Amino acid sequence: MTDFAADSVLVVLDVTPAGELAKSSAGLLGAARQVGTPVALIVAPQERHDALAAAAGELGAPSVLVADVTDAEMSLTSPLLAAAAAAYDAVRPDAVLISNSIEGRDVAGRLAVRRSLALAVDAVGVQRDDEGVLALHSVYGGAYNVTAAPTFGAPIITVRQGAVDARAEAVATPTVTVLDVASSDLPAAVVESVEPAVVSSSRPELRGAAKVVAGGRGLGSKDKFALVEQLADALGAAVGASRAAVDAGYVPYAHQVGQTGVSVSPQLYVALGISGAIQHKAGMQTAKTIVAINKDGDAPIFEIADFGVVGDVFTVVPQLIAALESKKA
Amino acid sequence: MKIVVLVKEVPDTYGDRKLSLETGLADRAASERVLDEIGERALEVALSYADANAGTDVTVMSMASGDAAATLRKGLAMGAATAVQISDDALAGADLGVTAKVLAAAVKREGFDLVITGNLSTDGMAGVLPAMLAEHLRVSHVTSLSAVEISETSVRGTRATDDGTATVSAALPAVISITEALPDARFPNFKGIMAAKKKPFTTLSLADLEVDVDVTAAPQIIMTAITEKPPRGAGVKIVDEGDAGEKLAAFLIENRLA
Repeated sequence: MTDFAADSVLVVLDVTPAGELAKSSAGLLGAARQVGTPVALIVAPQERHDALAAAAGELGAPSVLVADVTDAEMSLTSPLLAAAAAAYDAVRPDAVLISNSIEGRDVAGRLAVRRSLALAVDAVGVQRDDEGVLALHSVYGGAYNVTAAPTFGAPIITVRQGAVDARAEAVATPTVTVLDVASSDLPAAVVESVEPAVVSSSRPELRGAAKVVAGGRGLGSKDKFALVEQLADALGAAVGASRAAVDAGYVPYAHQVGQTGVSVSPQLYVALGISGAIQHKAGMQTAKTIVAINKDGDAPIFEIADFGVVGDVFTVVPQLIAALESKKA
Repeated sequence: MKIVVLVKEVPDTYGDRKLSLETGLADRAASERVLDEIGERALEVALSYADANAGTDVTVMSMASGDAAATLRKGLAMGAATAVQISDDALAGADLGVTAKVLAAAVKREGFDLVITGNLSTDGMAGVLPAMLAEHLRVSHVTSLSAVEISETSVRGTRATDDGTATVSAALPAVISITEALPDARFPNFKGIMAAKKKPFTTLSLADLEVDVDVTAAPQIIMTAITEKPPRGAGVKIVDEGDAGEKLAAFLIENRLA
C-alpha cells in the first residue's frame, strides 16, 4: 500500500453521470492544498480511472485513490460511502473534504457517524492552526463569520460549491492507488432511473458560477424575462431569479437564488428588477461585487450594491449590452 | 405504519436573525421563533398518507429547549397523534453529531417504519441529519425528494440533484427528506387546536434516552471564533439620465468583470 503524507487531506470528488469530475473538484482540491497534501478519491467504472486520475492531477492532486464500484449507478450513496470509509482507513488524513452537494452531504453525514468523526458543513474555506484543520463558515446569509474546529480527531468538512477561489498547482503524474472496498451490509436505496439534467444552453450552471445575472418581479412577464438571459449571455453569466419571479412563473425553481433556493457567491452578481428581500439577500450577499438596477430608488437591494442604477431595466440593460458588445468588438 | 416526522423551531427569516458574539449560539430573544416551514411540509406528507390509510400513527419529534413546546404543539393541532420533545440543558449548543445521536436514540425508543424530515432547515441549513440518522438507525436514506409515494413496505420518489432527476426507492424502514417542491402544509383548524390539548406529549431528557453526549465520548465541532460582518456598505448609486448603461459597462470593464 502506498504511504501517504503526514499532512494528507482526503478529498472525495463527485463524478457526474457523464463520467467527468464535477465542477466542485477544482475548489475542493484548491482548499485541500491550502492546508495539506491532497489525496483525491474517485469512484467510477474502471475504464474511466486513468482519465479521471489525470484530471484530478491537473487540478492539483499529487495522490489519487481510485475505486471501481460496479453497482455505483444502482445504489444510492452506499458505494461512494464505502469507498470513502476505506479511503479514510488507508490514508488516516488530517481532514476529509467533501462537496456540499446533495450527494456529498449524504456521504459526509453517514461517514461522520460510521467513523465517529466531527462534522462541519457548508464551509466557505479551510485553515490550519497548530491543532489541525479548521472550517470557516459564513452564517445567516453572510451576516456572521464563524470558525469551527473538532474537539479531537480529523474533521469532515463539506465545502460550499463555488466558495473557494484558491486553485492548486497542477501535478503532471499523480500517484494512483487502487483501493479495495468491502461492500457494506447496511441496506441502501435503489436508483431506478436517472434523467440527466437538461442543459438548455451553453450558459454556466447557477451554482458555482463566477457571474450571475438575476431577474425579479420587476421584469414583468415570462417573455420579458428574456432580457435577463440576454445580459447573462453578454457577460457569460448564469441566470438566477428571485422567489417572486419564480412564483410568478417567469423561470423554473432551479434558478431561484436565496434562502429557499440556491446560495451563490460569485465574483459578480447583477440584480435586475429585484427589490432585495432579506430572503433573497441571504443567498447572494457574499458575492464579491453586486450591481443592481431597479426603478425604485428605495429598494433594499441598493443598500448592499457596489454599483446601483435607479432606472428602467428595459432601457438601461439594452444600452449596457450594446456598450459591452462594442467594447468587445 | 408508524411515521416519525422531525420538526424544528427556527428563528423567523422574516426578521433579523442574530448570533450571540459571546457564546456563538443563536440569540433566541432576538427573533420570533416559528415552526420551520419545511418541517411542516414533511408533516403534511405524513398526514396525507395517514388520511388515506387508517392505522397510520404519526409522531412529531423535536430536539429543542423547553419553551419550544408551543411550537411542537402546532404539529399536534395539524393532526399528528403524538409529540415527543427532547429537552436537556446539556444539549445547548449541540453540534450535528450530538443532535443526530440524540434524535436517533429518541426515534429508536419511539419505534418507526418511516422517518420524514425536511431537506434543509432554514437556520442551520446543514442538510446532513437525515443521512446521519439513517446511519445510526442502520437503515437506508432517500434524501431531497420532490415527490413521494409511500406504500406499506416501501417508499419511492423523485430526487433532483445537480446532475439530474432520479427515481429512487427503498424498502422500509427508511429515513427520507423532502424538499419545498412538496405541497404547503394544512392549517390547524379550531377543532385540531382543541384536540391537540388532549394528545400525548412526551418530554425526554438525555437520562431517559441513556445517551452520553460528553465531549470525551466522540469528537464534536466547536466554534473557535465568531465575528459579525460589518453590514455591507452601499457603493455608488446613480440615477439613469440616459447613459447609465454605458456607465455601468465602464464600471464592469474597469473592474475586469465584463
